[in-house]
Amino acid sequence: MLFQRPHLLGLEGLTADELTFLLDTAESFKEVSEREIKKVPALRGRTVVNLFFEPSTRTRISFEIAAKRLSADTVSLSTQASSASKGETLADTARNLAAMRPDAIVVRHPSSGAPDLLARHVDCPIINAGDGAHEHPTQALLDLLTIREHKGRIEGLTVAIVGDLLHSRVGRSNLHGLRTMGARVRFVGPPTLVSPHFAELGAELVHDLHEGVRDADVIMMLRIQRERMTGRYFSSLNEYSRLYCLSADAVAKAKEDVIILHPGPMNRGVEISSTVADGPYSVIMDQVTNGVAVRMATLFVLVGRRRSGKDKDEASDAEESGAMEQPEAVLLRRAATGE
Amino acid sequence: MSEDIGHAPRRVIMDAAGVQRALVRIAHEIVERNRGVDGLGIVGIRSRGDFLARRLQSLIERLEGAQVPYGAMDITLYRDDIHRGADHPLVQITEIPWEVDGRTVLLVDDVLFTGRTVRAALDALMDFGRPVAIQLAVLVDRGHRELPIRADYVGKNLPTQRTENVEVRLSESEGVDEVAIRPDWPNANAAGRGGRVPEPAGRGRAQGS
Repeated sequence: MLFQRPHLLGLEGLTADELTFLLDTAESFKEVSEREIKKVPALRGRTVVNLFFEPSTRTRISFEIAAKRLSADTVSLSTQASSASKGETLADTARNLAAMRPDAIVVRHPSSGAPDLLARHVDCPIINAGDGAHEHPTQALLDLLTIREHKGRIEGLTVAIVGDLLHSRVGRSNLHGLRTMGARVRFVGPPTLVSPHFAELGAELVHDLHEGVRDADVIMMLRIQRERMTGRYFSSLNEYSRLYCLSADAVAKAKEDVIILHPGPMNRGVEISSTVADGPYSVIMDQVTNGVAVRMATLFVLVGRRRSGKDKDEASDAEESGAMEQPEAVLLRRAATGE
Repeated sequence: MSEDIGHAPRRVIMDAAGVQRALVRIAHEIVERNRGVDGLGIVGIRSRGDFLARRLQSLIERLEGAQVPYGAMDITLYRDDIHRGADHPLVQITEIPWEVDGRTVLLVDDVLFTGRTVRAALDALMDFGRPVAIQLAVLVDRGHRELPIRADYVGKNLPTQRTENVEVRLSESEGVDEVAIRPDWPNANAAGRGGRVPEPAGRGRAQGS
């Protein structure tokens, strides 16, 4: 029952066993954050680079805290400070970073697939912290952990994910994770934001909020991502909130013990009313707490297992286990180690 | 836990009664040495040390009529070899739901071998606070220490070869109480490095360290 993959690029394709292993590990890590000394030496001497090409507060800080609680050194780069603004391509940035030999790179990028590209150019683990509208695996893992904690299981639950699904990597990652773990997933929103293609990925599509949350065990609200909207998906924000804002009325249609999640940042009054966000069903702060544990688990599982090519003895092990390594990466590493 | 492999004859060193007698004696020694159990706390090292700690707790309760606080620790995050294997076992939950400060903490493990697990446990415990003292109880001391560590309470001193494998089975995890020696790891020669006994995957910490 082990996680053998070199990177965490998305939840698509992960098995239920792999997801369960990550969740179980995260559960054990929660205790570290409750200690007086919130630090364990597991990743001492390791360097984790946070590469954020898109604004983020919660995720970046969560990853940084997670790395520090494992005793790793962290370096954070944001768009403004990086050489992307000087015209460097992502692949070149990656090569340069790889030459500095970090032990993991956490990357957020506005383009879907950017972490995959990076993974092909460097030989350290890549953790996707959100790429375009593709995936945000650690967010979905923390959602799964929060759901499992409150419900005791994931299998057989009905989960309604409501809002801007078209632009949502959180929605997609959750769909993959929840389906693999055996939950029913409903995508709820206006037809312009809930594409019929989602049905092929296993989601049930519902366009009415009250219908969509009926008898749901879990309601997950998504933010309207105005910054990603290039066309008109609804006539006004006012109209959208009248139809899709999660109010106490709508919550009453769900199961009595429903829990409400939101990945943040919330637009109060747009997709979720304050009464609901701060109400008794909301587990939004648990999500934030679990985020640190999930990211500690991810870093530990990916970074804590091998010292790739750092000394001769282990270089051969690394080559055997690094089956996904690309020839360029091997060449780069050889260049770096002078072999 | 792998089952018996044909070519490797196992020698049983302690049966259920032997394990029980050793634990009863250790419980008496603990009470005697600490002049009662005031200010004592028991922490078991996962896995198996936690089960032994639970048993010692109830044996001491029977002797003294007082319940000693219990905790369990997973020391994976403190190991000095976590980066050496290709992967690692599931990190289990650590729970010490009481103040370590000002208490004498009794660490419990199944097998004392190189001393590296105990070193890790000492570091982990220090992160929880400042105990007055730390004592160590083990079911089996098999020798071959690599660090200056010794146990205060020992169930059985068991002279072994480095390449031998000491297997502790407990009813809580394996359904039977038993300590046995297996002459060799099946692949001891293939994987050995610097004379150190490798820990094959799936065998967990049964080997002790």
